[in-house]
Amino acid sequence: MSALTIAGKTFGSRLFTGTGKFSSNNLMEQALLNSGSELVTVALKRIDVRTDADDILSRLDHSQFSLLPNTSGVRTAEEAVFAAELAREALETNWIKLEVHPDPKYLLPDPIETLKAAEELVKRDFVVLPYVHADPVLCKRLEEVGTAAVMPLGSPIGSNKGLITKDFLQIIIEQAKVPVVVDAGIGAPSHAAWAMELGADAVLVNTAIAVADNPVTMGIAFKKAVEAGRLAYESELGMILKKADASSPLTTFLED
Amino acid sequence: MTFYNYISELNWNEVLDSIYLKTKVDVKVALAKEDCDLEDFKALISPAAESFLEEMAKKSHLRTQKRFGKTIQLYIPIYLSNECQNICTYCGFSMNVKIPRKTLTNDEIIREAEIIKQLGYDHILIVTGESNKTVGLEYFKNAIRLLKPYFSHIALEVQPLQQNEYSELISEGLNTVLVYQETYNEDNYSVHHPKGRKSNYQFRVETHDRLGKAGIHKMGLGVLIGLEDWRVDSAFNAMHLNYLERKYWKSKYSVSFPRLRPCAGASDLKSTISDSQLVQLICAYRLFNKELELSMSTRESAKFRDNIIKLGITSISADSKTDPGGYANPNENLEQFEIDDVRGTREFIKLINEQGYEAVFKDWDLSLQ
Repeated sequence: MSALTIAGKTFGSRLFTGTGKFSSNNLMEQALLNSGSELVTVALKRIDVRTDADDILSRLDHSQFSLLPNTSGVRTAEEAVFAAELAREALETNWIKLEVHPDPKYLLPDPIETLKAAEELVKRDFVVLPYVHADPVLCKRLEEVGTAAVMPLGSPIGSNKGLITKDFLQIIIEQAKVPVVVDAGIGAPSHAAWAMELGADAVLVNTAIAVADNPVTMGIAFKKAVEAGRLAYESELGMILKKADASSPLTTFLED
Repeated sequence: MTFYNYISELNWNEVLDSIYLKTKVDVKVALAKEDCDLEDFKALISPAAESFLEEMAKKSHLRTQKRFGKTIQLYIPIYLSNECQNICTYCGFSMNVKIPRKTLTNDEIIREAEIIKQLGYDHILIVTGESNKTVGLEYFKNAIRLLKPYFSHIALEVQPLQQNEYSELISEGLNTVLVYQETYNEDNYSVHHPKGRKSNYQFRVETHDRLGKAGIHKMGLGVLIGLEDWRVDSAFNAMHLNYLERKYWKSKYSVSFPRLRPCAGASDLKSTISDSQLVQLICAYRLFNKELELSMSTRESAKFRDNIIKLGITSISADSKTDPGGYANPNENLEQFEIDDVRGTREFIKLINEQGYEAVFKDWDLSLQ
């Protein structure tokens, strides 16, 4: 499996992970270590930067992990830029997962505010990974303003419904010049494998690992699925025929 | 158009009939659905659903975990004043109840904040009675300014305010407002709120409209279980929620289930709800709305709270005092109501962990104003 490079940083694992929803921070730490994940996203709102001993951060203090702070909770571009600056200062990284969702029910990303914030954050030397709808045009626009990747959703966050946006993800993958990370909705290792087979550069998984009865073994399952899917993509899948061959050839007349 | 206009079109008894006429078939249909509508909700809270409780609980458990994970948000109330100019027939702060009255000074507020902070809490709920001259907008603004350095998330449970007042408080850093309708039955509302500004039903039922227009991040609603038929009141509350979610889509919503507790001056209850019916109600809300926050206070017993964690509740208070200044100097005579679960924070967290859940103290940030 080839390595993935985003903004000059190389990742051996194409499984990115979230840190929320686990039944304990200890279990989160064990699951993420075992998943092989090297990029873990953490919500600024969940960590206490006023103390030196935040439990979540200390659990993530391993050389295996790079932190990807996210702006979960912000509703506008302005709030996103402010939160990103705080995250950069507190966590000493200029990487930011940009999430702008004014709708707190379905947590769907606001395309307009996301594009505005991305443009500003790139100017401020952030490595921006925006969470967006599977909107191919928006992904190109984000790429044009300089985001380091795009993170289109497979289905609504936390829904575990898999790649219901598959047709649009395929267009995004085909057109993208930056890495495409499928984020949100991946509910099973098979969904992750499928995204990788389609040519996604990475997937981000949280709920499916965190809420599993055994998050540690589920993390391993996702690790294997992502590797298998990527290897299949790199090995170039043969075309899968939907139907048996039609019985009478239609073009033999040309040979007469 | 406000919610008052909306419910003015509804007939209480028709809603009541539509609930009590639900059958087991209606319940089965609701349970088979991925997304339940209002009629399904009515079926799930109806007597016909009582024999489906275990199935409802299992579904509620799974759906809650999917959305909220294996976590429970903790919060704690801070009572700032028990002065009140309303008469409410069920409340220990009611104007006609002879208890000592107290409103905290700046120093007292800070003293409470320091104690609460040491317990680990980061989400706080300000509670007062209604005394507009001494505990009005300026008092709340001042309190929020004092508390902001200590806490990431500030909620307010006080008298309904005007839209511009909410806007001012939001710009001071207020994140959430809880206003319970007590009962949606307008006639019965008048019986229980005979005197004071609270007797204005329309002003109260339109509060969430004003909050939505002011752009509040989160608002809580609920009924006080015991004043009216809990099923009908809950159906109205669910309609209110549906109405609000569509209209004020940028706000987040939470529902609580306060059952009347013994307190000074309380009158008889019209409607009681058993523990299993309360579980039914909580699960019905979860099946009706997967994203809704469901909240529970220390009004309930330790045993009930321990077991409800897995059934759909997403936020819970602990270690609470309902008397102003009670964290520094407990004084039972000043209480709004007796709490039932009196366990300390550490003990309760241990219990949450034993259930396989993480107790979350911080899930908001000062940067998110």
